[in-house]
Amino acid sequence: MIPPSFDYHAPDNLEEASRLLLANPEAKLLAGGHSLIPMMRFRLAEPAALVDLRKIPGLSGIREEGGSLCIGAMTRESELEKSDLVQSRYPLLADTTRVIADPVVRNLATVGGNVAHADPGNDHPAAMLAYRASFVACGPSGERTIAASDFFTGPFSTCLEAGEILTEIRIPASGAGSGGAYQKFERKVGDYAVAAVAVQLQLDGGQVAGAGVALTNVGLTAIQAGAAEAALVGSDGGDAALDAAAEAAAAAADPGDDHRGSADYKRAVVRVLTHRAAASALARAREAS
Amino acid sequence: MSSHQISVTINGEEHTREVEARLLLVHFIREELDLTGTHIGCDTTSCGACTVLLNGVPAKSCTVFAVAADGAEVTTVEGLGNGGLHPVQQGFTEKHGLQCGFCTPGMMMTSKALLEENPDPSEEEIRWGISGNLCRCTGYVNIVRAVQRASELMKENSDG
Repeated sequence: MIPPSFDYHAPDNLEEASRLLLANPEAKLLAGGHSLIPMMRFRLAEPAALVDLRKIPGLSGIREEGGSLCIGAMTRESELEKSDLVQSRYPLLADTTRVIADPVVRNLATVGGNVAHADPGNDHPAAMLAYRASFVACGPSGERTIAASDFFTGPFSTCLEAGEILTEIRIPASGAGSGGAYQKFERKVGDYAVAAVAVQLQLDGGQVAGAGVALTNVGLTAIQAGAAEAALVGSDGGDAALDAAAEAAAAAADPGDDHRGSADYKRAVVRVLTHRAAASALARAREAS
Repeated sequence: MSSHQISVTINGEEHTREVEARLLLVHFIREELDLTGTHIGCDTTSCGACTVLLNGVPAKSCTVFAVAADGAEVTTVEGLGNGGLHPVQQGFTEKHGLQCGFCTPGMMMTSKALLEENPDPSEEEIRWGISGNLCRCTGYVNIVRAVQRASELMKENSDG
């Protein structure tokens, strides 16, 4: 299908992009386009204008700085896959990137797009919640930093205000005793998850000192499973703690029945995947100790 | 609705056209330039039949606006062989890496980029690399053999 008509803009600076968004309330940002363009073809989105970010310098790149891993919003998923830094020190992010869509899509799809599109089926939001990531947004009133836990307000909805543009993702820098994992169950490569679970752990002297657990595609947004995190913190990561976390994550899931399975089935999948992700995160955290 | 003058270099030749913003790259290639080797399959960014190399990287051309490819270098299946058969085309020929042939142009473009990045991929790496390109005929067995054969041919070429 041919997408609906729109006005196309490709500004070369953020201020102009923000001004165009404010001047066109029906405008959308275009990053990699691999969620937006299919939605336009199905007429699920009919933006009057697109503001393409591709010519704005400084929005791509992966670096560690000031205690964070900083990822430019326009960084392609394939760049995360090819990044030695991500692959060696950020296993949760490495796991997540590998299962987003398919390898050809990942050549153009962007990290910022996956986050800001806020599809409950997207994989980065749960990973970002588990990491306690924050997002930098630039807009008419300057720059602000938003915690991932405040960012996702509903399906395809975020707390970004008119004219605001996500520019960077910041993940707390990986240190000794930290490790994470993402476990996704999908019907086929390229599909959204039946369910997926992100776990990020921090060990201190053999005990779990910090835990992030978040769920993909089992609710209206990615869900941070606080009770599952509490079940892990203070434990030695033994089977009893993992079982308790898995039960708590299944209880936190709020899935619906659809073509990917019944709500009960998806909760059962969350239980199993939480156990697996926590076990894998623990093994990696111990290796990094 | 806006229209824009764009210049895209396709298979080494620069083409300048006035295009509507909503024109997709695959339609630009097929309908403006009559290069119909690039196929349209699913229309939903799933099947990879429309895969071309965009600045050297495999991309699904049904999910790129032509206007956003302004200034880009694009290689389609017509630009693969450069006169003769590219080793990937030779591999698909020798190993019968196709039945109906619909997925083949996209499959070959992805395979070319895969082999340039990883000249000696394992079977698993090949299956992983082509997992964004769907074939509904072959069960992928002969496609994997074709890519393995292409890998051998490319090594022979670089040795010789």
